[in-house]
Amino acid sequence: MDKRLRRILPTVQKPARYTGGEYNEIVKDKASVKLRMAFCFPDVYEIGMSNLGMRILYGCINEVPEYACERVFAPWGDMAEAMRRENIPLYALESGDPVSEFDVIGFSLGYEMAYPTVLDMLDMAGIPLRSSERTGLTPLVFAGGTSMCNPEPMAPFMDLMAIGEGEELDIELLRLFEKARDAGWSKAEFLREAASIPGIYVPSLYEPVYKADGTLAELRPLPGAPETVTKRIVADLDKSYFPTKPIVPSTEIVHDRVNVELFRGCVRGCRFCQAGYAYRPIRARSPETVISQGIESIRNTGCQEATLLSLSSSDYRYLSEACDGLLEYCEPRSVSLSLPSLRADNFSMELMSRLQKVRRGGLTFAPEAGTQRLRDVINKNVTEEELLNTCRIAFEGGWNGIKLYFMLGLPTETDEDVLGIAGLADKVLHTWRKYSPNRQRGVRITVSTSCFIPKPHSPFQWEAQVSMDEYRRRVNLLRGAITARSIQYNWHDASTSFVEAVLSRGDRRVADAIECAHKMGARMEAWSDYFDFKRWLAAFDAAGIDPAFYASRERAEDEVLPWCRVSMGVKAGLLLRERHRAYEARLSPDCRAQCSACGALELLPEGVKCDG
Amino acid sequence: MDKLRLRFEKTGKAAYISHLDLLHVVQRAFLRAGTPLKYSEGFNPHAIISICVPLSVGMESLCELMDFRVTREIDLAALPGELNAVSPEGIRFIECYEPQRKAAEIKWLRCEGVYEYDALAPEISELDAFYRRGSIPVTRRTKRGEGVLELAGNVRDFELERCEAGVRLGCTVSAQEPAVNPELLVKALAQLAPELGPDFASWKRLGFYGSDMTAFR
Ligand code: SF4
Repeated sequence: MDKRLRRILPTVQKPARYTGGEYNEIVKDKASVKLRMAFCFPDVYEIGMSNLGMRILYGCINEVPEYACERVFAPWGDMAEAMRRENIPLYALESGDPVSEFDVIGFSLGYEMAYPTVLDMLDMAGIPLRSSERTGLTPLVFAGGTSMCNPEPMAPFMDLMAIGEGEELDIELLRLFEKARDAGWSKAEFLREAASIPGIYVPSLYEPVYKADGTLAELRPLPGAPETVTKRIVADLDKSYFPTKPIVPSTEIVHDRVNVELFRGCVRGCRFCQAGYAYRPIRARSPETVISQGIESIRNTGCQEATLLSLSSSDYRYLSEACDGLLEYCEPRSVSLSLPSLRADNFSMELMSRLQKVRRGGLTFAPEAGTQRLRDVINKNVTEEELLNTCRIAFEGGWNGIKLYFMLGLPTETDEDVLGIAGLADKVLHTWRKYSPNRQRGVRITVSTSCFIPKPHSPFQWEAQVSMDEYRRRVNLLRGAITARSIQYNWHDASTSFVEAVLSRGDRRVADAIECAHKMGARMEAWSDYFDFKRWLAAFDAAGIDPAFYASRERAEDEVLPWCRVSMGVKAGLLLRERHRAYEARLSPDCRAQCSACGALELLPEGVKCDG
Repeated sequence: MDKLRLRFEKTGKAAYISHLDLLHVVQRAFLRAGTPLKYSEGFNPHAIISICVPLSVGMESLCELMDFRVTREIDLAALPGELNAVSPEGIRFIECYEPQRKAAEIKWLRCEGVYEYDALAPEISELDAFYRRGSIPVTRRTKRGEGVLELAGNVRDFELERCEAGVRLGCTVSAQEPAVNPELLVKALAQLAPELGPDFASWKRLGFYGSDMTAFR
């Protein structure tokens, strides 16, 4: 270990996050591999190591014997400061080698607030921030992850973006890079060739042209650039790579457990939800694979908790079967099985009771809106009756805590909808009074609201975000209406959501603001410890952009959007149809009831069905 | 046979695993190795594992002791190897046995420190003279607030020699009642003779002893 590092580690909080050396870590001899990739996650170890996507790609790339993929996380403030003071460049955990020595540097971008951290990590690695300043082929700097469905705000910094799922795409990209490097191609030659790999977006091959009013006239493809870059997917989850020998952290992380992935995509079609549209089509793992991957992972890690992951577990066709199979292994070994993102229905409740035999902590539901009208607007197919019925079963079964999540500022929301949230919480409380077998223990109902953020590739991508003042007014309205002592109200800060709205739907000019924010010291902006709204306002100002133009402005339906060159497989026509239906408070059937022919089926090989 | 003791090393990267995290790390290694660990009864069962004398973060050790219980007879000779096959870097199990003495009978701890001096290291004789003082009161922060601990009498058998980084120091500290963290030896320099203080010191535990100075097993 580096001597300077040895000296600072005992002085920082939780030093085990900076050493590597965990069980199941993959360490390769650098002399015997052909290519080294630094997989960077722009947040701390505890968050990054809890991310399934990163774990999948780390394992998947390392499956190639001649490639070595190492992990890099952003150091917490105390460590970042100490490293800068001691001139220790950002390094990868497996080898301890500086990131700048790697051939390829890949960032996983799952949330927009991490953008300044990306720049901070490049800076700590001593790598120029802008693609144009990095003239050589190595290191190649690219990004993938859900946020890259709008690549433009990060366009100047990245050599390219990988759109969609990376299992196959990343390997194809690395193969091409290896060839280019060995044949001595220039960076420009390589990027032009890379643009022909389906799913690769090379931002320097698109030129934004703006109108006088500041909106895009076009995002002009330069020679060699495809008109549209369509995201990549893995067609068959049973055949695709899954890490059943995952790294076991030696220090506490946020989600310290075995992950088993049930399916990708979501059948529900909630109109505010980017993931619901961006992850289509629906592809399920067979219950046999789920069970065997789960058991294998538990064996290989010694974890005592396993979680079944997906966007909506209740919609997995073989849920009972998979749970039974896993419980058979888990129960005698005291391994607990948990199921997040359950729907509020009877079936789910019965299942929950079976899973959580001992601990009866809190239940979480996300009705998202307080009235049926508004839930219809967003196509959140849950009725008050269903919700209360579920609560009744839960309370009867001994649960005494429920968390309810809502959004404020959804399109068409009125004060009546806001007050409806308080009304719903009251009804939940009433249900508890009526059905709880053990009322002396009391009940805790938590209502949380966040400010709605319109996201690219969702039917609400054209909507305006409500102003911060208006959000705060609605928060206060709701606060006043929640009177019961056992109902606690938490609201998310308005300014973070405002900045996130700018970054989410930004164009290439927003990149300047991200860079300014970075220069002013922004990093880890997803953490309230570090988020600084005044600094963001100063950064927007310095970059000469008006944040309200991006956050608070409704887009015309024919406006050229910054993410227009990226296709998530869903037809723009369907998004528009859903938007119009929203304004009529008209529900659309979920994919199980009826396929809406969203277009995502075309991403699958011929003859393969969407599991909607 | 149900109470057992393991001796293990915690070196290199593993030195940065905290005491609490280590219990978790070891428990998972047991599970991977298929050891029939005994769990506590009750609402939230946890493995019955205890580290005899907790080690501070950043310090290495060649002599950690851990007590645990099993539910059935196991092959004691085979266990260290089975655990080593499934342990993270830096954790290495050496032997497993049925303990004869209680952990509370541990009295002394032999350890080795390396004092790094970026400029010139002081004379060995100066350091030696300092540690031979009749009274070395060191102020330290404990859970109960600030307090003074007398090092003289609680640290003994000094051996000092030059090494590449500066000075290598061997000494035996009181492991329990009072528990003397060897880092206090550096703290004492900073407080009482700053001119002798190193720029950095690293520590390694070498072995535990009883009050009669026989090796503790
Ligand atoms: S193809 Fe049909 S079933 Fe599949 S995600 Fe699209 S709308 Fe749903």
